[in-house]
Amino acid sequence: MTSFRYAINVTPKPGILDPAGRAVEGSLGHLGIEGVHDVRIGRRAELTVDAEDEATARAVVDRLASELLSNPLIEVYAVEPLGAASSAVTAGAGEG
Amino acid sequence: MGVRIGVVVFPGSNCDRDTLHALALAGADPVALWHEQASLEGAAAVVLPGGFAYGDYVRAGVIARFSPVMRAVTAFAGEGGLVLGICNGFQVLAEAGLVPGALLRNASLRFAGHEVAITAERLDTPFTHALDTRRPLRMPVAHGEGRYYDDDAMLDALERDGQVLFRYVDPTGAAAGPDHAANPNGSLRAIAGVVNAAGNVAGLMPHPERASETILGSDDGLGIVRSLVESAARAAHRSVAAGVGAR
Repeated sequence: MTSFRYAINVTPKPGILDPAGRAVEGSLGHLGIEGVHDVRIGRRAELTVDAEDEATARAVVDRLASELLSNPLIEVYAVEPLGAASSAVTAGAGEG
Repeated sequence: MGVRIGVVVFPGSNCDRDTLHALALAGADPVALWHEQASLEGAAAVVLPGGFAYGDYVRAGVIARFSPVMRAVTAFAGEGGLVLGICNGFQVLAEAGLVPGALLRNASLRFAGHEVAITAERLDTPFTHALDTRRPLRMPVAHGEGRYYDDDAMLDALERDGQVLFRYVDPTGAAAGPDHAANPNGSLRAIAGVVNAAGNVAGLMPHPERASETILGSDDGLGIVRSLVESAARAAHRSVAAGVGAR
């Protein structure tokens, strides 16, 4: 059994009104920022899957992403492998 | 003894008591159904009440969708059982795919908690038949995620097939489109409630149970509650006549 770590990024489907993104755009003037547009606000989940191999882990992540973390009618998701997570996750250390 | 109607209680439901009360007012014998139970206790109809099931985490309604009681509700609905979702209950039904569409964040980004007017598009459903006319019905909304959405092709199909059950209307009774002040959340085509293709599962964002007595400011919602109770009584009678055992 190996532990695999993933991030799942969920964003509103193109064309769906995203009032949160619109609110952020509306605030840009207050920050003195120009030239930023098409803001879309989504959510990100990070998780560890214990599985025999990566394909099995990935199948679990896809199911979780499509059935619970996103609603295919209104959202799209992208899975981001974060690599094997055998040495646990170091909170807040050098991510990104 | 009135017909037994189940009201599902999720962790975070907060309109369950009001719904039980309104169902009793309409002559039913309501029973609370805990989210972890797999039995509907022989209920002839089920109501998913308002609230914030499981904290509305991830998306309103989605975690509730996977609870044991929802497996029973889904099977019950598949057999033609009557199910009504109110507010958060509507969100649960939409996430479970038992009614079409999705409920998105209000276009205003504000929680909408005030009285609205809706009209029933159809008076021949188990949820609306006791309403005598299509006059506007006054009842409150209380939600942050009530903007009805589906794609254009599906919206056309819903209208064509008579699945739009309630619409937000302005004081003149005209449908209030997404940008109209009388539309509390930006719902497409003014949709406040829908019914599934089979006609036995419906959801709406406004709260008929909170408008079921004149002391509450309006009893316009009671006609919806009474429609469900009368339909459930008929369904229970048919089940008994057909010798179908209680679930």
